[in-house]
Amino acid sequence: MTAPSLYAPREPIFPKRVTGFFRRMKWWILVVTLGIYYLTPWIRWDRGPNLPDQAVLIDMAHRRFYFFWIEIWPHEFYFVAGLLIMAGLGLFLFTSALGRVWCGYTCPQTVWTDLFILVERWIEGDRNARVKLHHAKWSIRKWRLRFTKWTVWLLISIATGGAWVFYFTDAPTLLRDLHNFSAHPIAYGTIACLTATTFVFGGFMREQVCIYMCPWPRIQAAMMDPDTITVAYREWRGEPRGKQRVEGTGDCIDCMACVNVCPMGIDIRDGQQMECITCALCIDACDDIMDKIGKPRGLIDYLALSDEPAERAGAAPKPLLKHILRPRTILYTVMWSAIGLGLLYALFVRSDIDLTVSPIRNPTYVMQSDGSIRNIYDVRIRNKLGVERRVHVGLTSEATLRIDIQEDDRTLEILIPADTTVLHRVYVTARPEDPAASLAQTELRLWIEDRETGARASRPTSFNGKVVK
Amino acid sequence: MTDKKVDEETGVETTGHTWDGIEELNNPLPRWWLWTLYATIIWAIGYTIAYPAWPMLKGATTGFLGYSTRAEVSEDIANHNAKNSALVAELNAAKLSEIDPNGDLHRYAVARGGSVFRAQCSQCHGSGAAGAKGYPNLLDDDWLWGGSMDAISASVKHGIRNETDDDARYSEMPAYDELLEDDQIKAVVEYVVSLSSAEFDQTLADSGSVVFAEQCSACHGETGLGDREQGAPNLKDAIWLYGGDRETLEDTVRNARFGVMPAWGQRLSDEDVRAVSVYVHGLGGGE
Repeated sequence: MTAPSLYAPREPIFPKRVTGFFRRMKWWILVVTLGIYYLTPWIRWDRGPNLPDQAVLIDMAHRRFYFFWIEIWPHEFYFVAGLLIMAGLGLFLFTSALGRVWCGYTCPQTVWTDLFILVERWIEGDRNARVKLHHAKWSIRKWRLRFTKWTVWLLISIATGGAWVFYFTDAPTLLRDLHNFSAHPIAYGTIACLTATTFVFGGFMREQVCIYMCPWPRIQAAMMDPDTITVAYREWRGEPRGKQRVEGTGDCIDCMACVNVCPMGIDIRDGQQMECITCALCIDACDDIMDKIGKPRGLIDYLALSDEPAERAGAAPKPLLKHILRPRTILYTVMWSAIGLGLLYALFVRSDIDLTVSPIRNPTYVMQSDGSIRNIYDVRIRNKLGVERRVHVGLTSEATLRIDIQEDDRTLEILIPADTTVLHRVYVTARPEDPAASLAQTELRLWIEDRETGARASRPTSFNGKVVK
Repeated sequence: MTDKKVDEETGVETTGHTWDGIEELNNPLPRWWLWTLYATIIWAIGYTIAYPAWPMLKGATTGFLGYSTRAEVSEDIANHNAKNSALVAELNAAKLSEIDPNGDLHRYAVARGGSVFRAQCSQCHGSGAAGAKGYPNLLDDDWLWGGSMDAISASVKHGIRNETDDDARYSEMPAYDELLEDDQIKAVVEYVVSLSSAEFDQTLADSGSVVFAEQCSACHGETGLGDREQGAPNLKDAIWLYGGDRETLEDTVRNARFGVMPAWGQRLSDEDVRAVSVYVHGLGGGE
């Protein structure tokens, strides 16, 4: 016996056209999500003369992230981290409540594959025509169809890769530069790379990406339990499958409609499978057949596996809400909301002027010739407005301390250009007779104030004296 | 061949291998996965040809693309220098004391001076410029040879008490061990203590003041305020280069001190000397 091959070629899948509630919903989601992706960079948002007018912009060169009225600086990256954590928890919540809805409806791999299959069907026809074409010898017609399909795919891919780069710089300018061949090579490289991945993943890899490349199908098992609502086959109603006319058969007439529409190439009647992305197309397909043969819908349906014993016994399943509301989903919701509220709070209390203070601790203090003790602080002041501002620097403390700014003529005022950070050295001095000069530590607070707008901010820090033993 | 062996339990084909009755199932890997592996191998080979990779007896292969990180760094440095050349010219032409403290030139000089300081000066003066025993603290307002921009720049350029630069700042305190009696030394030390401290022996200090007037006032001044022309420290302030306690002072009087600093003008470029002077002047004590 020869050893069997350890490597399997991909089995081509020819999903059949399907109509129904879920298919309609998926089309809407496709239009909305792709619309958001392609159009967002073109939305304009007026921020004044010194700042970009693109509503959503990740400005790497200037270290800024703009999102409509929100501007995020690098030190506020916790907003992004918080949003990522919320995205993670949201994914946990949806998976534990509704299974792999992310995979089935909104994952880019699913959405673009859907779009690519749509193009494929327009050009090459529905399932049967495509199967035939696949097995046909290469002819002028086959070449023509294939070439047309690949061209449309490629155009979609270029648009996909192209849209991505617009998020990182001014979109109209970049579009013009791209056409002039004067854009940065990184822009072309990124477009080329994303075009290639879109073309290959959407056109040829499809379900292989989900099954072999994506970690989520493996992780989801930890999020799901028998109460999770997921796409399943009511085997107790459908089996034994067979012709309707035959006595004793279930509702499943083994028409293979559910298998033919499946983009993952599986048979949902085999039960829960890692490959299933719960796109619900088999539900539409089966409901259609049930209508035709005059049986109730829902042979394949969204259902919780924990309802199986009740349904087998002919009882009604638990209401949907009882499945969804359980400690795990409530916990995820609470965590998700807590982080969301925290971020919102942080967003609204954020000031348009801000400072950080790092006390210089090398040395901890400087002895002046008159015996007074000086501490040095590196003070970074951020002006988050699009206009130049003058801020006054001061301190409050229970001790008597003097404040100076390096190379300043006692005005204690600092000019900060629009939308920038400046670093200044600030000296705080205690006269020898003041207690702070000989105390190990004295608390103080450094303040900045824009006297025109009244905006102010402060940071606590401490003053080190020379302790005489 | 149709003699595929299929495991009855799972319906999965087996490889035909059996160990102690346990059959090995064949859940095949996708073929493209294998292609990806081959592609990475080909890529790796191409990469080692295009880029420096293989170690030889002398050095490594340079690669067809002629890329080297070292060349890239040199190029970056050259680009950087070219970009800064206007500022460097401006720095070399400027009168240091007249540089606008809020201008670009000042920012550049401080940044450049800071890196010169950390590389060349921090060994003695400390990375925070706080000095150490015998090495002056550059953050305070006490200066041996002057704290103006020009005085600092002259100290940096020519150094102090070195033998390589004729224009080095020079002065030498005599070692009084042989020149004075022990009780005279004790007395003058007490007098010096009295200049900056409230706790001292009045009679001893009074006799010390006579010794001071005879021996020390020429350099340190009649009242002990020091003399920057000679690098003679101010003895009335709160700052001591070697220490202000009686024991250390006695050691200083008996054996003298002779702090040396190299002439950095002989080792560094003009712009570096100027930049580090601006940096030191800006540390807090500049006059």
